[in-house]
Amino acid sequence: MREVFVASDNIFSPLGRDSAVNFEQLQIGRSGIRQHHKSKTSAHSFYASLFQDEVFDPGSTYTKFEQALIYSIEDALKRTRLDARDDKTIFILSSTKGNISLLESGELDNGVREKITLHHSASLIANRFGFIHQPIVVSHACISGLLAIITGMRMLQRGLYKHAIIAGADIITRFVLSGFHSFQAISPEPCKPFDANRKGITLGEGASTVILSVDANMGKSDVQIRSGSVTNDANHISGPSRTGDELHHAIRQAMEGAEIGASDIDFISAHGTATLYNDDMEARAINLSKLEHVPVNSLKGCYGHTLGAAGLIESVVSIHSLRQNLLIPTVGFSEIGTVEPIQVIDKMQSREMSTCLKTASGFGGCNAAMVIVKE
Amino acid sequence: MQTERYITRSSRIRGYSIYLNSKLIYGKSPTAPGDFLNQAYQDFHINYPKFHKMDNMSKLGLLASEILLKDQLYKTRYQPYEMGVLLMNASASLDTDIKYYKTVSEIPSPALFVYTLPNIVIGEICIRNNFKGENAFFVFKQFDATFMAQYVTNLFENNDLEACLCGWVELLEENFEAMMLLVEKSGSSDAMAFSKENINKIYGEENG
Repeated sequence: MREVFVASDNIFSPLGRDSAVNFEQLQIGRSGIRQHHKSKTSAHSFYASLFQDEVFDPGSTYTKFEQALIYSIEDALKRTRLDARDDKTIFILSSTKGNISLLESGELDNGVREKITLHHSASLIANRFGFIHQPIVVSHACISGLLAIITGMRMLQRGLYKHAIIAGADIITRFVLSGFHSFQAISPEPCKPFDANRKGITLGEGASTVILSVDANMGKSDVQIRSGSVTNDANHISGPSRTGDELHHAIRQAMEGAEIGASDIDFISAHGTATLYNDDMEARAINLSKLEHVPVNSLKGCYGHTLGAAGLIESVVSIHSLRQNLLIPTVGFSEIGTVEPIQVIDKMQSREMSTCLKTASGFGGCNAAMVIVKE
Repeated sequence: MQTERYITRSSRIRGYSIYLNSKLIYGKSPTAPGDFLNQAYQDFHINYPKFHKMDNMSKLGLLASEILLKDQLYKTRYQPYEMGVLLMNASASLDTDIKYYKTVSEIPSPALFVYTLPNIVIGEICIRNNFKGENAFFVFKQFDATFMAQYVTNLFENNDLEACLCGWVELLEENFEAMMLLVEKSGSSDAMAFSKENINKIYGEENG
């Protein structure tokens, strides 16, 4: 099977416009989460990590969602030697709600219906960059970003394409915020992943891109995506597994695929949404996988839950963590509060590292695990 | 090394008609999609009360999978992690997105919000059948047999799966259609090879 290199990446978030700036902000403990009073989004004030309005061009023919993606892809592409029009390149888009904000504008004619569809945004972006092949859109709840990277990795490993441009984004709108509120899943304060006093999710906006290539000369070649696995709880559509066995199974499969054991993993970049049930489920899965002594972080306290971008943003941060041998702490965490013990990273640590396990779980009972390796 | 894979069963819901293995087995005159789905649920004697709380897209996907898997021995043949589900459509969950957003100005409905993700239909099918293997939901403008064949073949070649349910589940307001295939590593003499051509044949057969 071919080696799949991370040629380039981008994070376009409220913390900054490229991966390097984002990583610097994380190193000094910054979070994008603020209290907002936006009557258009919510009748009550709420905490979230949101882009400032002036970041986007209101006169653009592209929506905010599409502008964020275009910016992220452009930045990642310029750090490679890749020709976007190369016919061995595939574009994969990850999002949960895309242009759902257009529902909120009132009129719902066929033109608006078309613009809301994810394949429409994907086509617009593909045309903008000149990608030849029909884009692939992943929309699989909160594992979308990770599943998009795994899908790209698999296509490259099997020789279907040589390069994959994988980008994801989500925008926090009234639709999304009201929905999580209706579930009583929104934390009244900035989220506290794995903490004894965690009270739920904080949402966030962001876009992120990972460019994968089997050609080591396209960009960077020090980090590889080795393997990935996806499972389903087959238990409940909006609540996680009671046992964590299904996430554990995805972790085990991903580790087998990468031919590594528990002692090879230097840290886990977990989902860590800071809901009571998710974080407990992850702690169970980590223990079932015998990884309870491995350092774990959640980046939800820095970025909020960025939905379809989360798996990408968190993977990119993990890639930079491996490169710089720096473990990023879990902002919001102070006291362990999971049903089983795990080693939550609570302060910046510098250590030699080569292997990261990235996990995610989401509505619909889905779980994903992926192994990232630095050579 | 070329391992064969077969389409051992197929179901198709289109134009208020239902086909099993390309044979017409059920037909009704046009009505609201929800009414058609509820009627078919009754007429096929599917005993699964959770069906009634699902949105129309999940009902459509569940119905197609029930017809596909009825009386099959897959539950004894395969372990939960050996069964995968791959589904695709064009409109994601827009049908329910529109319905949910109408509730937002009054009292936002959590029962509707949970269905505003297209992969929920996969979750429902997995819960019903205790499938725990690889699962993925993709969005394409049109049905894409090439991608379906590539993606599922890849999972088999990687030894991630022993069997896979894959299909197209599209529903937006009055328009709906579904196709579902059961793909296995061995099949009877009349089973079709799992190929782009055969997937397209099953998908397009009713076009004449």
